[in-house]
Amino acid sequence: MTTAIVLLGAGNTASVQFALERLGANVRVTSDATQIAEAERLILPGVGAAGYAMSRMAELGLTDIIKGFPRPLLGLCLGQQLLFAESEENGGATMLGFIPGRVTRMPVRDDLPVPHMGWSKLHTLSDDPILEGVKAGDYAYFVHSYVCPDTPTTIACADYGASVPAMVRSGNRWGCQFHPERSAEAGARILKNFLELPA
Amino acid sequence: MTARRIIPCLDVKDGRVVKGVRFEGHVDMGDAAELAARYRDQGADELVFYDITASPEGRTLDYGWVRDIARLLDIPFCVAGGIRTVDQAAACLDNGADKVSINSPALERPELITEMAERLGSQCVVVGVDSRREDGDYVVHKYTGDPNARRLAGRRTMEWIVEAQERGAGEIVLNCIDQDGVRRGYDTAQLSDARSRLTIPLVASGGAGSPSHFLDVFDRANVSGALAASVFHSGQIALPDLKAYLAGAGVEVRT
Repeated sequence: MTTAIVLLGAGNTASVQFALERLGANVRVTSDATQIAEAERLILPGVGAAGYAMSRMAELGLTDIIKGFPRPLLGLCLGQQLLFAESEENGGATMLGFIPGRVTRMPVRDDLPVPHMGWSKLHTLSDDPILEGVKAGDYAYFVHSYVCPDTPTTIACADYGASVPAMVRSGNRWGCQFHPERSAEAGARILKNFLELPA
Repeated sequence: MTARRIIPCLDVKDGRVVKGVRFEGHVDMGDAAELAARYRDQGADELVFYDITASPEGRTLDYGWVRDIARLLDIPFCVAGGIRTVDQAAACLDNGADKVSINSPALERPELITEMAERLGSQCVVVGVDSRREDGDYVVHKYTGDPNARRLAGRRTMEWIVEAQERGAGEIVLNCIDQDGVRRGYDTAQLSDARSRLTIPLVASGGAGSPSHFLDVFDRANVSGALAASVFHSGQIALPDLKAYLAGAGVEVRT
């Protein structure tokens, strides 16, 4: 059984692939509809901007497959944002809509550079199987200029000026705003937990 | 908040890390991926690999070593040196790099910044700037990797970094070359000036010689990260000791 990394276009899928392979996963990077539909679990990596990612998904005939995917799905970085209903990126983009709410641009402040780029502590962790073994205070590596709204689906937070939803969960879909593939031990733990979720 | 990033920079030639004056008298320090893993284990927050093979000769990069490093590392890394087209930058990302740093090619053709940001996203576009104080102003130099080719780029540093940001850079690495290799500390005045003009992250480079220099640059210039090479490679500063020192002084670092 494979974990499919959805390939939407230029971007860094290799680092996600390598991180999963370090954990012993059988990984396939693909934009093929059948392979994606039949995968045991799906990773939706962050590539480019929200509007671009959604239009690529449509062009490749993947939107409905991803929306209807019944097994564990993990969105990374932009991939987490795609789980929400809409984004103000690209002048407004309609997204997958698993979670209601609008993704917004981080406000620029004198004391806080944007993008939010670097290692931030996770806190306010929910009791969720994907967070097994992850502790409040563990660092994760973030790179993003847009931020998800805080909703009841938030299962982990980070602070950057305001509280940032670092992880979300809605049913069989999880999201990571940070890059677990580049977040040392805590990130590897989260990916390992994802691979062990019952499919 | 983010922890202040400590970023070792490694010079790579044909997949091997080398030490010495750039472009001459290289001493082989070992396999790039192995050294990368060692720095990761010591707590590096990010690594920069400066490819010194490709740049002066206008050669196409060999991305095999980028892939080897990406297979091994679970922290972010940036590739610098010799990248002059969007396709080359995309190839670095395709092989697992997180960021691509461009310097002289961006000065020659600033549109490269915009093209990379549009296709690959600003988050992976780092603009490196070599800057020196001259006649009361800060000015940009280019081709600083090669002593015979180094020359003024005809731009003022503060104007250039703002332009780079407007064109879509996601981060600036400001290398203050008066301080480079001198180990008298980062140029906190210049970096502080740069910080006040930018909204994107700024990384300090050039001049690190002691742990207190790192503390100074975080305290006085409020930079997001500090890059250094020789003090780490020589063993003069060990990363765990540096981080313990900074944490003790109240700087947030990842431990």
